[in-house]
Amino acid sequence: MTAVSRRRFLKISTGATVGAVAVAGGSLRPAFSRPVEDGEVIRKIPTYCDVCFWKCGAIAYTRNGKLWKVEGNPADPLSRGRLCPRGTGGVGAHYDPDRLRTPLIRKNNRGEEEWVAVTWDEALTYIAEKMQAIKQQYGPESMALFSHGVGGTFLKHTVKAYGSPNIAAPSYAQCRGPREVGFNLTFGDAVYSPERTDIRNSKCLTLIGSHLGENMHNTQVQEFADAVGNGASVIVVDPRFSVAASKAKYYLPIKPGTDMALILAWMNVLVSEELYDKDYVEKYGFGFDAFKASIAGYTPEWAYPITTIAPQVIRDTAREMARYAPASLVHPGRHVTWYGDDAQRSRAIALLNALLGNWGRKGGFYTPTGMPVPGYDGYPAYPKPEREHVDNPGHAYPFADEELTTGIRNATITGEPYPIKGWMVYATNLLNALPNQEETIKAIQSLDLLVVVDVIPSEIAGWADVVLPESVYLERYDDLNAAPFREPFIALRQPVVESPDDQKPNWWIARELAKKLGLERYYPWTNIEEYLEARLAAGGYSFDGLKRDGIINGPKIPLYIEDGLEPVFYTPSGKIEFYSTQLAEHGLDPVPTFTEHPQPGPGQFRLLFGRAPMHSFGRTQTNPLLAEMMEENELWINKNVAGRYGLKSGDYTRLKNEDGVVSNRIRVKATERIRGDCVYMVHGFGHTAKGMRRAFGKGASDAELATKYVMDPVMGGTGMNVNFVTIELEGA
Amino acid sequence: MARFGMVIDTTRCVGCMDCVVACKTENDVPEGFCRDWITTEVKGEFPEVQMEIRSERCNHCDNPPCVYCCPTGASHVEEFGQTVQVTPEVCIGCKACLAACPYDARFINPKGYADKCTFCLHRVKEGLEPACVSVCPTQCMHFGDLDDPNSEVSRLIKSRDNHTLLPEAGTNPRIFFLT
Repeated sequence: MTAVSRRRFLKISTGATVGAVAVAGGSLRPAFSRPVEDGEVIRKIPTYCDVCFWKCGAIAYTRNGKLWKVEGNPADPLSRGRLCPRGTGGVGAHYDPDRLRTPLIRKNNRGEEEWVAVTWDEALTYIAEKMQAIKQQYGPESMALFSHGVGGTFLKHTVKAYGSPNIAAPSYAQCRGPREVGFNLTFGDAVYSPERTDIRNSKCLTLIGSHLGENMHNTQVQEFADAVGNGASVIVVDPRFSVAASKAKYYLPIKPGTDMALILAWMNVLVSEELYDKDYVEKYGFGFDAFKASIAGYTPEWAYPITTIAPQVIRDTAREMARYAPASLVHPGRHVTWYGDDAQRSRAIALLNALLGNWGRKGGFYTPTGMPVPGYDGYPAYPKPEREHVDNPGHAYPFADEELTTGIRNATITGEPYPIKGWMVYATNLLNALPNQEETIKAIQSLDLLVVVDVIPSEIAGWADVVLPESVYLERYDDLNAAPFREPFIALRQPVVESPDDQKPNWWIARELAKKLGLERYYPWTNIEEYLEARLAAGGYSFDGLKRDGIINGPKIPLYIEDGLEPVFYTPSGKIEFYSTQLAEHGLDPVPTFTEHPQPGPGQFRLLFGRAPMHSFGRTQTNPLLAEMMEENELWINKNVAGRYGLKSGDYTRLKNEDGVVSNRIRVKATERIRGDCVYMVHGFGHTAKGMRRAFGKGASDAELATKYVMDPVMGGTGMNVNFVTIELEGA
Repeated sequence: MARFGMVIDTTRCVGCMDCVVACKTENDVPEGFCRDWITTEVKGEFPEVQMEIRSERCNHCDNPPCVYCCPTGASHVEEFGQTVQVTPEVCIGCKACLAACPYDARFINPKGYADKCTFCLHRVKEGLEPACVSVCPTQCMHFGDLDDPNSEVSRLIKSRDNHTLLPEAGTNPRIFFLT
């Protein structure tokens, strides 16, 4: 966390005030500033946030028709009336001077970012003609959509109506996919988003690399603070002394890449010392004896040289977890694509939780429920694709249960199992979301069409043939949010202010494109309000009421076994699978085992990356309010190590990876808060897109350095914490 | 008469800067400036590290050097809540208060006057909390009357370990950090 220094701001102010004169004229204002003057019209409009994808209920304020501020909606169970800094700073997305303003068609070569501004009609006609040509020559399956967030709903609909099944999101294979698969294989159900973690009621919370407080998913951070406030015992495992570590009773500075050994050793202690919940395991468990035999060798003494965590600390922390069970939660994390055995590590975390007996229990994992809202009834059936999904030929990744982004990318490069000739990319900066930018660019170069729909001129937009400027969330309707949660709810996103230029909402773009493609019958509604009203009416809810309140709250629901809610396990055995027959059948480890991962050599550091509370991926660095909170990222490097390189905080340096990629320059943060064998930076910086004027060239990009990745054999995730870098010294 | 102050629980604070952003939007603080900020204090050597994260701002001191040094009376103690405020129209932008404040809490607004945290008195008068307090996702901040022994802030100061910033400056600051 960068401290905002008064002196730094004062330095800036010296220049800014040259020639400034005292306010002249007018009546004497009150002694303290009053942002609302007499006669100003304040309006409050409820909506839900889109700066990250947690979808917090918000209330936006306008002052004389102009956007003023955004606060949490107290009726919303996700925000509980309090947004995170990104939500509060969402105002800046509307005022961002760098945002896309008009449809653009590429003028020269791809990636040169030279554009001709065109009308929507020209842009959509161009796209539709190319899409029809792709359909004719290669079939509709040769068009793929990459999409992130609720705003992709209608583009997905158009692409399915067009006839393609190839729709993927980096949020799966580059983020939480391995976790969902690992938990599914164990409990027969996923963790989902928002996570079903009952952090608020946990008496012992274990975080493995999960940096809550820096990773700012609002509800989780609020509950984390509540747990800390309630005196919960916090155990943090992280090579970096995170914010969460500063709240912890136990901080375990683990050697990166060895988490699996620690988890196995913890399970070994719980089982060998008989600290696990025997009744729970007896009642709900399957294959426990095989599991027990399989982990028998993973003692704390075995784990010590691997993890560098002392045996006594492993024992103490395992006992600490058991002491508070079942209100003892080992957080499953969210971005878990680290080393390529991530689904198995997530499964090990699931099993550790199972030993604590916390699935379906208070202070562990609750059972979420969503409000019943029927889908829109009135769409014709989609055409049945003649070819199956392109991303996972032969089901090489047997437990992939969503489409793999890198699988589509491979097919685009190789033409196998069939060619992919068109990409539509919605609200995801694929160049920074997928590992190995060279492969992404190679794939792009074999496309007949690349369309990017976004609010900012991101790197991927720079490579597009057509860029379509979307209205930001404060300017548009979107689909309803009724995500399963501990308190069921329905939330509405609705426009607060108009788009400043020629930006359009995604639903309008998707519908107009469908019309151009001759698919108007898939849009029986002419305006999204009709669509929303129809969905709500079918569920017996009032659209007007939702527009007024922003949230419809559901009834109180049972959450835990303690409430009489028996858990249901959708596994083959109908139980918690300590031993997985499914995995064994595919030649994969039925019980997680330890795989040794390569470690950096002399002079090398493992490159780790994470998040900062005021930024979402690479999407917020031009938002003036949020950029001001963190203009560039820093390279965290152990203070002693930095000293050996003659580096001190504030110096600039560059990183070079094993494939010879050299990063943009990045400021050093020489700190006692990280191990010496790794370096860390916040993801989302080092922008190279010219249109992102404010962010251009500020900080370094971990994505650029992530040329290596390891495929997860279970589900096709891409482990990305496998890149080693050296420090390239240069003058400031 | 009330004497407003704040209590900030550093054990809950994650340093997310929501307080900073909220202050900026609420009060139209110009770009490049802020009225509150985050300080992270790290002690020890890896891995034996302790860290305190604080949301800081004007301390609305009982003994305010900025008020004493102001040549025009622009910096003054406001009757409402006995808070330290600046009257922009009376301020000549001489920066004496910037130099006098041991907390670096003030800056010169581009419009030419000394600017700083007001405790959001415009909100407090309407029965609301200061913007920073009301948005904080960790609920680490508390605002209230230090002279009322039954107020939440008074009770927290009595019941929890706490410290102020630079007590040696003799300013009697009114923001208390729980540890």
